[in-house]
Amino acid sequence: MLAKQLSVFIENRKGRLGELLDVLKESGVNILSLSLADTMEYGLLRLIVDDPQKGKESMTAAGCSCMLTEVFIVKIPHSPGSLQKILKTIADEEIGVEYMYGLSYGGDEACIVVKTSDSARAEEVFTKHGIETTSHCKLAF
Amino acid sequence: MIWSKEESLPRTELEALQLARLQETVARVYEKVPYYRAKMDAAGIKPQDVQSLADLAKLPFTTKQDMRDTYPFGLFAVPKDELLRIHASSGTTGKPTVVGYTRGDMETWTDCVARIACMGGATAKDVAQICFGYGMFTGAFGLHYGLEKIGAAIVPSSTGNSEKQLMYMKDFETTLLVATPSYALRLAEVARENGINPKTDLHIKTALVGSELLTDAMREEMHAVWGKDVNITSNYGMSELMGPGVSGECLEHCGMHINEDYFIPEIIDSETGEVLPAGEKGELVITCIKKEGLPLIRYRTKDVTRLFYEPCACGRTTCRMENPSGRSDDMLKIRGVNVFPGQIEEVVLSVEELGPHYEIIVEREGYTDKLTVRVELNKETDSFAELQRIEAFTKNKLKVILGLDAKVRLESPNTLQRFEGKAKRIKDLRKQ
Repeated sequence: MLAKQLSVFIENRKGRLGELLDVLKESGVNILSLSLADTMEYGLLRLIVDDPQKGKESMTAAGCSCMLTEVFIVKIPHSPGSLQKILKTIADEEIGVEYMYGLSYGGDEACIVVKTSDSARAEEVFTKHGIETTSHCKLAF
Repeated sequence: MIWSKEESLPRTELEALQLARLQETVARVYEKVPYYRAKMDAAGIKPQDVQSLADLAKLPFTTKQDMRDTYPFGLFAVPKDELLRIHASSGTTGKPTVVGYTRGDMETWTDCVARIACMGGATAKDVAQICFGYGMFTGAFGLHYGLEKIGAAIVPSSTGNSEKQLMYMKDFETTLLVATPSYALRLAEVARENGINPKTDLHIKTALVGSELLTDAMREEMHAVWGKDVNITSNYGMSELMGPGVSGECLEHCGMHINEDYFIPEIIDSETGEVLPAGEKGELVITCIKKEGLPLIRYRTKDVTRLFYEPCACGRTTCRMENPSGRSDDMLKIRGVNVFPGQIEEVVLSVEELGPHYEIIVEREGYTDKLTVRVELNKETDSFAELQRIEAFTKNKLKVILGLDAKVRLESPNTLQRFEGKAKRIKDLRKQ
């Protein structure tokens, strides 16, 4: 199951992240997880939110360069080695991981957000190996 | 259509007319303007020494500094009561420069602009919206009179309030737009933000752009947003000489025809002052030969261009000047390399993933100059590889065009300042 991630271009300057998060606050969009990757000059803010479409619209209206990206939210048990096992499965099937970050919602399971090199094939592989994926809507609370 | 017969005179006839008017002007300023007389006396030249057009080179130059030194009316050749109008430049770098027009000058000015508007495709049927600031600036009034003379209906909307500009444009079915190129692009941007498609919802057929450099890339960008069939021509002028109307592009798009029966152009080496042959690049110098109020002799425009005298397919015989590649003033010397902001603009506009706005920052780090170009990202992406590709591509193009390493700073859309008049896109922090 694919999930939608909100990806926002962000300049590397003091207070900019706060400004962007303020836009989400004003439109009542809740953040479930985020990752911020940066270079010296700019970065990409990647967010899992309860309403990605609304998040994108409000960010665009605020003059941001942003888009929705298809990612997987993979459920994994809270136990040593379970993340490693999933990554090995993906690697064995020759699917690349472009980036990933964690998502925690307080239950017995953890989640990781994964952007793969090939969403269609990754979906098949997850189904074949019984790896459970979920979407942002099911996580919203 | 060619507005005036003077635009297509045989060159010999045109030159005879130029010489007669030049001799009359030189004699008049020598008699009426003490400042000129003193300068000519110091150079050891008398009005009767001007026997041919080539003798023009013997006369001293006039600069903006001369205008400041004689502020406000020291270079005028008529008493103030003969003036009908006084304009002044913004004077951001000192005292404003003051210009004045007699009734005859107003007629000349109107004729000059009617010619260039006609060259650019304007007709009596046009509804012409003038998005230049009405005020001490000559741009708006010049276009106003010229277009009115042609018989167009004028909408003097001035600058500011882009939404309202677009409302007039839509509801009055404006067919002709007068603006700076960057404001014409800005208007298209605001139109799209408001759900108006400039190509289908508006009726613009002709755009007369001026007061700012129109690069080829900018012209392409304008065609892309306003439609490929829109006639886009640039025109040139400056308050000191007349205002708009000194020269304008015809629909052949091969340079701007100078109204040579009113202005004699020369190209000089801006360092030595030496006159350069036709076709060579240098500073444009203009002598006004049909002005009563303020007839400037060999005025140094600081604009860098070339002149071409070959006949034009449009039928005009007047000489053409290239779109200035920059101002000898605006020229930045970075690590010893001459850089014109127009070159940077050309690169920015040619990169599809970037918006048309930019800012140039020059700093000094230790003993080295550092050039940074701030640009706006015009593409949504979730990939660093893509961002880095855009950055590297732009950097590489700048390197090729400028011969210089520049830093490219990607910013979000709508981050950089927008300008409605002359854009101020350069921050030279070395001078601070």
